[in-house]
Amino acid sequence: MEADTRTEVVLLACGSFNPITNMHMRLFELARDHLHETGKYKVVKGIISPVGDGYQKKGLIEAYHRVAMAVLASESSNWVKVDPWESEQEEWVETAKVVRHHHEELLMSGQCKDEADHVKKGKKRKLRASEGGVSEKLLNTAVPELKLLCGADLLESFGTPNLWKEEDIAEIVGKYGLVCVTRSGSDAQRFIYQSDLLWKHKKNIHLVNEWITNDISATRIRRALRRAQSVKYLLPEPVLDYIQSHNLYSPDSEEKNADVILAPLQKHANLSK
Amino acid sequence: MVGRIPLVLLACGSFNPITHQHMRLFELARDHLHQTGCYCQLLYCRRYKVIEGIVSPVSDEYGKKGLVSATHRVAMSRLALETSNWIGVDPWESKQQHWSETVEVLRHHYNRLLNPDHLKGSVQDTRVNKTGQDKQDMNSYPGSPQLKLLCGADFLETFKIPKLWREEHIVEVVGKFGLVCVSRGLTDTHRFIHESDTLTRHRHNIHLVREWIQNEISATEIRRALRRGQSVRYLLPDSVIEYIKQHDLYTAESELQNAGDILQPLKTNTE
Repeated sequence: MEADTRTEVVLLACGSFNPITNMHMRLFELARDHLHETGKYKVVKGIISPVGDGYQKKGLIEAYHRVAMAVLASESSNWVKVDPWESEQEEWVETAKVVRHHHEELLMSGQCKDEADHVKKGKKRKLRASEGGVSEKLLNTAVPELKLLCGADLLESFGTPNLWKEEDIAEIVGKYGLVCVTRSGSDAQRFIYQSDLLWKHKKNIHLVNEWITNDISATRIRRALRRAQSVKYLLPEPVLDYIQSHNLYSPDSEEKNADVILAPLQKHANLSK
Repeated sequence: MVGRIPLVLLACGSFNPITHQHMRLFELARDHLHQTGCYCQLLYCRRYKVIEGIVSPVSDEYGKKGLVSATHRVAMSRLALETSNWIGVDPWESKQQHWSETVEVLRHHYNRLLNPDHLKGSVQDTRVNKTGQDKQDMNSYPGSPQLKLLCGADFLETFKIPKLWREEHIVEVVGKFGLVCVSRGLTDTHRFIHESDTLTRHRHNIHLVREWIQNEISATEIRRALRRGQSVRYLLPDSVIEYIKQHDLYTAESELQNAGDILQPLKTNTE
């Protein structure tokens, strides 16, 4: 049996998911297809990580609901799951910290798989393979690479003053990697080109073209809901049912945090004082 | 919604396969008509109540490249519309031995709707099983419901393709029945109507619905993705994806179906 030499990848998507939509779920599908088509990667897991209420974004409803809806949306998927860790933190957590947390979780679960001998076995198998012998699947013993899955908006938000710490961007693109799904590949490429930091790590930034445009932004969905317009077929049916039965997304809910500064901006403004 | 005019929306097309976008057209149209008067820019506004939506897949005789068997297209539409309480599929057009012109389909459904007994008698389609409140309301209206053709802007623009339409048919479609046209770029659509005397004459019967949430999920793109083994999840219902897998539809071979053939309406109108 031929050894599967592909690198295992876990995709992590951070965001408000306010609410989760078919577009969010598509990002995972598109990213997985793209990475598989390179022949170098095997995507083994997708993680949806809704942001905590501490983010204080305008219109952000309770994490409890956003997590519940994400769980409903991903129920029918056999590889994308929700992790509520980030949403359960009292204060807003920087994306780099979230990525670090999940990376540590992957390391730990990898160790648990083969008990204490995991690392030893991994080394042994790698040794055998390098000696030219037929190896078993190396993949199961190595820790998968964790990559941040996002849209072009997140990539370009790296340019917003005070939103990101330089060292966090460096860590995300340098140590982990970005899978960015975008309609306008050339704009994203230009953005990368114009940033020395991103340019340096461009091999670690995978741009995925979204040929089938799907501009189902959560903002527009909330707007439609406020106006009692239909959003059927834009989000998974169970999410729609949930929104309707809990009466989420009204003009009031949209006013939440209206006069509050976004947590990252507040935090970084304080630091620079 | 007392005193509103009951309205049925009919969408003709290949539905090859049906997608979320197709179903969105119905939802957008209904919302627009129920809030008629907001963006319409009409001199006067009729106030409607949309009581039913009909998906009418074209027959295999249409001869379009890549068209899979009507049996499948109807089955997929049925699966997709299971969760809707007002939209259903009607296989009448798909079962005809010849390709039916759009006016024929409109006339057929219009006559059917004129006669309420007709409706109760037709057991073939899923609409009879829809339990929406609207079905009962239909009988409480004095007149029979109006029937309008639901379409996208691309459909409207086919009016200018030489030999695709007969002038008298365009007049019947927009004049007698009416269009509800969902469009991303209203400016272009307005201009298109403006540049046609026929369409301008009947502009009060063409309801333009702006699609703010852009959703270019074309069936062509879906078929392309399927041929390439790429995921189409969340672009159409899971039940339809499952069906496609089970029956192995949409391969490189199926896309070649009818390749090189002339589209039936072009043949008909050239004779």
